Amino acid sequence: MRRLLRKIFLIDLLEGLWVTFRNQHPKHICTEQYPAERPQMAERYRGAPRLNNHPETGETLCIACNLCAVACPENLIVVGSERNEQTRRKELTTFTYDTSRCMFCGLCEDACPVDALELTQDFELAGFSREGMIWDRQMLEEGPKPTRYKF
Amino acid sequence: MTAHSNPLPDSTFLDSSELVLNMGPQHPSTHGVLRVILKLDGEKIIGTDCVIGYLHRGVEKIAENRTYAMFAPYVDRMDYVAAVSNGLGYCLAVEKLLHLEAPPRAQVVRVIMTELQRIASHLLWLGTHALDVGALTPLFYVMREREEIMKIFEDYCGARLTTHAFRIGGLQYEVHEGLERQVKQFCGMFLPKLDEYEELLTQNRMWVARLTNVGVLNAEQCKQYGVTGPMLRAAGVEWDLRKAQPYSGYEKYEFDIPTRQNGDTYDRYIVRMQEMRQSVRILRQAVEDIPAGPIMGKVPKVIKPPAGEVYVSIEAPKGELGYYIVSDGSTQPYRLRVRPPSYVNLQSLDCMARGALIADIVAIIGTIDIVLGEIDR
Repeated sequence: MRRLLRKIFLIDLLEGLWVTFRNQHPKHICTEQYPAERPQMAERYRGAPRLNNHPETGETLCIACNLCAVACPENLIVVGSERNEQTRRKELTTFTYDTSRCMFCGLCEDACPVDALELTQDFELAGFSREGMIWDRQMLEEGPKPTRYKF
Repeated sequence: MTAHSNPLPDSTFLDSSELVLNMGPQHPSTHGVLRVILKLDGEKIIGTDCVIGYLHRGVEKIAENRTYAMFAPYVDRMDYVAAVSNGLGYCLAVEKLLHLEAPPRAQVVRVIMTELQRIASHLLWLGTHALDVGALTPLFYVMREREEIMKIFEDYCGARLTTHAFRIGGLQYEVHEGLERQVKQFCGMFLPKLDEYEELLTQNRMWVARLTNVGVLNAEQCKQYGVTGPMLRAAGVEWDLRKAQPYSGYEKYEFDIPTRQNGDTYDRYIVRMQEMRQSVRILRQAVEDIPAGPIMGKVPKVIKPPAGEVYVSIEAPKGELGYYIVSDGSTQPYRLRVRPPSYVNLQSLDCMARGALIADIVAIIGTIDIVLGEIDR
């Protein structure tokens, strides 16, 4: 009997409509206004790669140990180094990172013994050409420069 | 295959010619790039043929050219809706090959993450399945709640979808500050939301009419096809690998296996909804006591398992997800084979769709909960 009444008075449909109506309230709006408001990425977010410099001296932290290149599943890191005859240590000359093939797994970051290579919170990585996706040492040290839109 | 539910005569109605209709691979309701060739007699489906492989990337072959640690990010890209579960299965398989076990703290965190992933996967299924059937509204609400889970993943491991959250032997990332609070908050927030979805759908006459007795697969047929997961449980078989062969410390948690009897699309919906409630139950227990201790087991720097083979399966959101690894003692797997749940479950499509109306095929594809990344690999 109760079922019949529910059916006749369209209770099941009205219940659903009531849910929809309740969710109309402005406090339930959760759309992100992306280019206008930049989202706050998590601290551990794995985004654009960066090659860190020493904060005081400005010299690169990278010791050209090649561990990141070995750890990378896609083999997209190429580390170029040169042996300094005076200090008898390897020094970084070139560093290329192909962001078009990167899947941001974070294995290179984990492998780095001196925290030189880091995946940062930058997430805007689109480019116009395949060549432009291959980042050299200078780009990696500076990081991407995303457009800030004014609204 | 002799398991068709409605065997039909070879000749069609009034000897009219059968119509072959191509559905997909660019059809929004095939949940990816699945192509289904439908043979129709008027409105009635008299046979289906699945064409798969549009998303084939050769993941199993890639595994043979990568070291064990390097391959872990690739498994996330198979079932990209439940990447954490894939990662767990792979890590457990390699750990079994290495004869080691993750420390207790790592195991509990793994349980929390996989249960969150199960909810996220079921939520996406609910939204898209309801959308296929014609209920647009749940999709928006479901995405809103899924976002909360994605935020937890992002805070924990730095990625939202293809997480690469676990490593062989344990975890890479220590639990971030506020994980317990986030998970508790999510559990408290989520159950009322789940009631809301049920209010929208469970009693709704259109939802019930569209789903009951559509795509029926009984227990016997499920076993013949090797169907696992919620589809099997909806047919009345109480089979859940978390209970049947507990892994990662699932034996410590109290939860039920929801089952239904009819094995139709509506029952699968109910089972998945119940499963989300059970996942919340597990989450609440797991988050209460995360033991202290190390998060990484004693894993050698170069993972070089002894020669041998191993098969490990876990209960992924879609069913039994198995990894079969053959090791020849080198740093790379000799052969890696994945038993993806949606691939096996898709085989039952023909059995379910035979004799159904063409309007129901979308509901039947949706109820299998397929992810094409996993089917094609």
